[in-house]
Amino acid sequence: MGEVVELEIPARPEYLALARLLVAAAVAGDPVFPEDRLDDLRLAVSEACTNAMEAQARAASTRAGTNGNRRANEPIQIRCELDMEQVEVEVIDHGDGFDPDALAEHPPVTDPNRLDYERGLGIPLIRILTDEVDFKPSPNGTRVRMVLYASTAGLPRPS
Amino acid sequence: MVDLGLEVSERDGWAVVAVAGEVDVATAPRLREQLIELVNHGRHHIVVDLSDVEFLDSTGLGVLVGALKRVRTNNGELALVCSESRILKVFEITGLTKVFPMHRTLADVSALD
Repeated sequence: MGEVVELEIPARPEYLALARLLVAAAVAGDPVFPEDRLDDLRLAVSEACTNAMEAQARAASTRAGTNGNRRANEPIQIRCELDMEQVEVEVIDHGDGFDPDALAEHPPVTDPNRLDYERGLGIPLIRILTDEVDFKPSPNGTRVRMVLYASTAGLPRPS
Repeated sequence: MVDLGLEVSERDGWAVVAVAGEVDVATAPRLREQLIELVNHGRHHIVVDLSDVEFLDSTGLGVLVGALKRVRTNNGELALVCSESRILKVFEITGLTKVFPMHRTLADVSALD
């Protein structure tokens, strides 16, 4: 078992910078994590938390009154487990369950028609930046589990 | 309040927007508003200088993609200045280095006729 850090942030965009800071700080003391992997971790956590906040806001907007507000105001939970060779981060929200495979396909970025879509880059980024990722949607929310290895030297990277 | 620096200047016919700080879903709307305002004032050649950006996520990329669409619809162009490897990497892994004209310094951006 590695060292576990658990935190909660309010589901509001202005707390994303804090989430990035705290997760990076939890790992930064570890000499095996190079700075560029910390950058990957910051970005992946930020994308996952952004999705989590949006999922809760969607869940709230489909519910009337206090029940919807309660969903929207649930904090986002972040759980980091640091090991010798990897960091595992789980981001847990209280939305309606988010299935990344159900997302609309966009054209490749080099297609001029892709410029019609400002969104849809977050999930691909998470997939590229992490070494392992899985999304566990349920009616009570989604648990995104991401693993980043300390070193990806020798592993193929997308060009 | 999360800070995002936005400074607009003129250079060789381009409108230059120098961005400083962290661009995420909290701050990207201000960048979007600034770019839309320039386009609405007839500025269709825009340089976004990301030299002082410490963090940029998919929301920031989306704002730049949207602005590129707007200026190209008006036969314009949106160029980026970026030299920091952690920011460049976000454009590289999403393939957007093939979509935006990218320059390492503001001095590398050619003057408009």
